[in-house]
Amino acid sequence: MADENYPDDLRYHREHDWVRVEGDEAVFGITWFAQDALGEVVFYEPPAVGAKLAADATYGELESVKAVSDIYAPADGEVLAVNDALVASPELVNDDPYGAGWLVRVRLTDPAGLAALMDQASYVAYLAGLGDA
Amino acid sequence: MPLDYGSPRAEHLAVRSGVGVFDVSHMGQLEVAGPDARVLLGWVLTNRLAGIGPGQGQYTLMLTDDGGVIDDLIVYALLDRYLLVVNAANRDACWARLQECARGRDVEIADRSDDIAMLALQGPDWARALGPLAGSPAPLGLDYFEITEDMIAQVPALIARTGYTGEPGVEIMCPWALAPRIWDALMRGSTPVTSAGLVARDTLRIEMGYPLYGNELSRERGPIAAGLRWACDTAQLGFAGGAAVRDDLEHPPSERLVAFVFDEPGIPRSGQRVLIGDHSVGVVTSGTRSPSLERGIGMAYVRSDLALPDTAIVVDVRGRSRRAHIARRPLVARSPRTD
Repeated sequence: MADENYPDDLRYHREHDWVRVEGDEAVFGITWFAQDALGEVVFYEPPAVGAKLAADATYGELESVKAVSDIYAPADGEVLAVNDALVASPELVNDDPYGAGWLVRVRLTDPAGLAALMDQASYVAYLAGLGDA
Repeated sequence: MPLDYGSPRAEHLAVRSGVGVFDVSHMGQLEVAGPDARVLLGWVLTNRLAGIGPGQGQYTLMLTDDGGVIDDLIVYALLDRYLLVVNAANRDACWARLQECARGRDVEIADRSDDIAMLALQGPDWARALGPLAGSPAPLGLDYFEITEDMIAQVPALIARTGYTGEPGVEIMCPWALAPRIWDALMRGSTPVTSAGLVARDTLRIEMGYPLYGNELSRERGPIAAGLRWACDTAQLGFAGGAAVRDDLEHPPSERLVAFVFDEPGIPRSGQRVLIGDHSVGVVTSGTRSPSLERGIGMAYVRSDLALPDTAIVVDVRGRSRRAHIARRPLVARSPRTD
């Protein structure tokens, strides 16, 4: 499993999803915190290519031996590609949650909505707050 | 016992291909001794106790008078007593049932669960891991379900050729405080031993189709529905609950326990419905993703007329229909019992 880290080039959603913006496209995934809470992931149920995702709504499932977790879209988008390598080897999301463990690539349909997301510092502070709760 | 030591999948595969060790000290140990011990256990337990002599064990059941399962367990015949290894959650229920049936009989019943620790060393390399620690070659020469006393890492222990994984191996019982010596010696040995947790124990037993009390077994169902006729002395039926077992043999229960394998992605979970067409025909009792087969597998009680290998079923996984088929147990080939 990867060591705990939260890259500073990502935006973060409170349900522990990240987004990497690349022009008018973006890649979605789950954070180190999310994969650690799930434990070893054994199943990824991706959305269909072409599916329209709405910010804050669920679009897929990750399942570990311990739990099933809905995946929340951090932003509005239309699915351009799903990570087939992750479907075949779900544990990639534990090994490399920001790299080989990406979930979907989307075309952003409301880039302005990204402003509602947290930056790295805000997300790390948010996690610290969860620990205090 | 922790859920895992980092990777349940790696732990599972290590037991299938090498050797792993589980700390199963939560299991209960009840001892029964005295002149009437054999008569008492012949009544309380379902299997043919006369079939085992000193140094041998047997998988067996304890039933209610109505034929429901109080526990499934292994009974070992030792030189001067019987040892029952029972599920942790049923320790008190087994104790109470033994006491109830012991009235007027000359027996001593002792709960040794707090004194005895238990390590399960499981996998094809078990003998290579245990050999250097054993005081004599005897533990390595045990046949399936035999038990012997020996020193393991200078600790007095009972070593039984049993397990819950489908792999060859032993279960080692020793004084509670000395168990870490055996664990540490296994970890330091030249044969790599993987520490394995509860999740791997569960995925290994589901691949074998072994029932688990609380999932497949309960007081609500009898041994015939669970496919455990072989663990009942049906020739005599002279055990507590035997009349109910006879009824089930004459009028088979409406549901039977089966194992199944998914034919598409997804993971079944306990409590999900089994369907054929739009009709509910059963319920999942255990489900997981098989690390060996790399697909969803499980066990379910289904309508008896459908409980045949290769029958196509559907499991309702949180609103999604997943195609599956009933399959023979074990779902993964058992390793040879002799090395």
